[in-house]
Amino acid sequence: MVQYTQARLDDSFAALSDVTRRGVLEQLGRSDASITDLADRFDMTLTGMKKHVGVLEQAGLVTTEKVGRVRTCKLGPRRLEEVAAWLERYRRLWDARFDALELVVDELKCKEKIDGRRKKG
Amino acid sequence: MDAGRKAEPAAMDRTSVERASDREIVVTRAINAPARLVFEAFTRPELFRQWWVPKSLGLTLLSCEMDARVGGKYRLVFRHGDSTMEFYGTYTEVVPHSRLTWTNEESGEGGAVTTVTFEEKSGKTLLVLRDRYASKAAADAGMSSGAYDGMPETFGQLDELLVS
Repeated sequence: MVQYTQARLDDSFAALSDVTRRGVLEQLGRSDASITDLADRFDMTLTGMKKHVGVLEQAGLVTTEKVGRVRTCKLGPRRLEEVAAWLERYRRLWDARFDALELVVDELKCKEKIDGRRKKG
Repeated sequence: MDAGRKAEPAAMDRTSVERASDREIVVTRAINAPARLVFEAFTRPELFRQWWVPKSLGLTLLSCEMDARVGGKYRLVFRHGDSTMEFYGTYTEVVPHSRLTWTNEESGEGGAVTTVTFEEKSGKTLLVLRDRYASKAAADAGMSSGAYDGMPETFGQLDELLVS
């Protein structure tokens, strides 16, 4: 069971590490789409898009269903609300990052002051 | 040692994120230091690695190589659980203390181009970081998931969601 969970986590990790796949999730959050639609929208070949959708499907983020000759994609059991909630986290990430940057820069400022004093002295 | 701690209130959102256009996401923050020091913190790997991955992420930066010259490369390697992920690209503009541009090549198609400007005013630096994507769809994705640099945090959060 633990193994299984870990494997799923790794799948999601890989699935979401790509900008196109994140875009596909965003898109499917608005409406279901065929692989052809998605390929058009992201300016990709059909084969390329099939690969991306395959990875998302593997991770449970997307499900697909073939009706006639068209394969329709929709969000999988792992809902997009989770993805949508990342927006504020994006800002918070930058806030935390820049807080850390300020600390580093403060240290540089202090060093300069000390070095300046040493030179004068 | 408390004297060294900042007394300013933490409640203010000092970092803003906005969608400047269909394809662009802009992050702005004022830093209380001259531009040359902020620029240094962006371009010297031993400094950069101290802040680019905030400790709260629970992510390990395994290596950080950067050659901040026009045409120079950078590569960051992170560990997340048992997996590692790499971010890499090329510096295309390096204007000391004022402007830095790099490509984000790890995701192939749709990778953003990041431009940072450092604008100094009375000892403070206005930092503007601009991610320009190849398409609107890619920018949507970058905004919602934090683009390449937001992903580490995203993964941490995702883990929490999935474990609970």
